[in-house]
Parts: sequence; C-alpha cells; structure tokens
Amino acid sequence: MKNIKFIVIGAVFGLVLTKTEAVSWFRIQEMFRFQSFHMYGIIGSAIVVGMISIFIIRKLDAKAINGEEIIIPDKKLNKGSIIGGTIFGMGWALAGACPGPLYALLGAGYPVILVSILSALAGTWVYSRYRLKLPH
Amino acid sequence: MLELIMKPWPWYVSGPLIGLTVPLLLLLGNKMLGISSSLRHTCAAVLPANIPFLQYNWKEEAWNLFFAFGMIIGGFIGGVLLNNGEPVNISPETVRDIEALGIHSFNGLIPSDVYSWSALFTLQGFVVIVLGAFMIGFGSRYAGGCTSGHAIMGLSSLQFASLITVIFFFIGGLLMTWVIAPWIYSFL
Repeated sequence: MKNIKFIVIGAVFGLVLTKTEAVSWFRIQEMFRFQSFHMYGIIGSAIVVGMISIFIIRKLDAKAINGEEIIIPDKKLNKGSIIGGTIFGMGWALAGACPGPLYALLGAGYPVILVSILSALAGTWVYSRYRLKLPH
Repeated sequence: MLELIMKPWPWYVSGPLIGLTVPLLLLLGNKMLGISSSLRHTCAAVLPANIPFLQYNWKEEAWNLFFAFGMIIGGFIGGVLLNNGEPVNISPETVRDIEALGIHSFNGLIPSDVYSWSALFTLQGFVVIVLGAFMIGFGSRYAGGCTSGHAIMGLSSLQFASLITVIFFFIGGLLMTWVIAPWIYSFL
C-alpha cells in the first residue's frame, strides 16, 4: 500500500497541530488580536524550515524516492488570490480553524466538526459550480 | 518524558516539525503540501454533477485524502490519548475579549458555547459552525489553497502569488475579528 506513508505523515502533522493547540479556536482568536507570539512562531518557523529544505533540495538537485524529478509549479496570481483570500481569512477567523485543523478536531473528539467539514465541502462545491461566473 | 509530551508543545518544537512535512512529502512522494485540495477531491468523487472543475481523475490525487485521513488519526492521538485535560493557555487579554463576545466555556480546544450539537441549532452556533466553514471551503478553492498550501508550501517555495494570498488571508481574518464578528455577536 503506497498510501500508508501519507497516512503516517498526515497523522504526525495532525498530532503536532493538535498538541501545539494550532487547531484551537482560542489560539486563532489570540492570533488575530496580536495577543501572543505562539501562532506566529509556529507559522514563521515552519516557513523558515520549509524554505531551507526546498533550498537544499534544489541545490542538491535531489530526486524523489521514486526517482522522479522534484518540480514545484508556480501558483498563479489572479483576482481569486484577493477575493478568495479575503473570504477564506474571514472564515478562518469566524470558524477559528482552517481545513487541516477541521480534520484534526474531528479526531480529537469533537464530532460536531463533521458538520463544519460538510459545510466546507459545500463551500468548495458551490465555488466549483459557479467558478466560471466569478472574477478571476 | 510522557508528562512532557502531554503538555502543550511550544512553537519552536511544533513549527519546525510542521515545516519538515514540506521536504518529507517532496522526497517521499513528490507531493506538495496542501490540505484544502482534499475538499475538491471529495467533491469530485462524491458529487461531480457534470461541473467542469470537478471533472478530473481524482484517484490520481488520492494521496491527499489519505493524508487528510491521517490528520484525523493524529488529532485523536493528540487530542484524546495525549490530552492533559487543561484549557488552552491563551493570554488573559484574549480571555477577556472572548468573554466580551459572550463566550464563557474555556475547556477543550474549541468553546462548547458555539461548537456543540445543541449550539448548532442556535444562530450563533450556525454562523460559526456552518457559515464559517462554508467560507473556508469556498474561499480556499477560490484562492487556490489554504494555510498549508499558500502560507507554508507557497511561502517556503518563494511564490509571489502565495505572499499576496496570505496577506489577504490576514486582511480577511482581521476584518472578521475586529469589525464583523463583534457586530455579529452583538445580535446573538
């Protein structure tokens, strides 16, 4: 099963997010009020480690374990970055979570989060349905 | 040792571990960290409804769904098995501000005042649980990613589009926290 490794990495990712309280509605409130360094420290140090890692991978021209060349496609800037980004940010602050934490919270013993996940799926579906009518 | 693991993990431990998922996924699977894509794949698998944006071979991206499933397991390990039962250690200023919104339950990772089955059928619970999550799902796909895909993966790979997107994540979050949410909560 080639997908087992992704379950394991996902489990570690979910465990870390949960134990550091990044999945907590309270921490998100604190972050958007600038009342603690905690969330900024998490996101900032994650970016620094990710950045250094990608720099090393590129410098060494490292290949993936299956021998494939690692190519990171460019993300495109469009109006969605601004409009969609603002809508996402408002949802992040209102729900106090983003997609990853929703999954982790479901496992952490909050079954009502299932409703949030279904609603996030509905949001994704509605975007997909009306995508061509929205400014991009 | 177990006692140390049971306590909340400081940012300088968790942040670098989160950052390491970026090279781990690249090296072990040639995959890019991004969680909101799992929502799109689920829509494509369950309800494609002839929508062009949902017509693709989602099975090729199934790793992302396994990753999401792993996150549920990780949440169980961290939130149930390794739970020390203490409330989230937020600053006193935040406690004061949250109480001013009318929220008084500080146990657990999320407030039961708004996140519970009984609260779901109140206006306040509905707005947070349903409307908030809807905006997360809609906005992340519209923006082409969420916190993991843009803030962590995108900024780690020095993508200008991700920088702009993350700035607007924060503009939206600040607008909600400081302007819209206090107004919404004043009605509830």
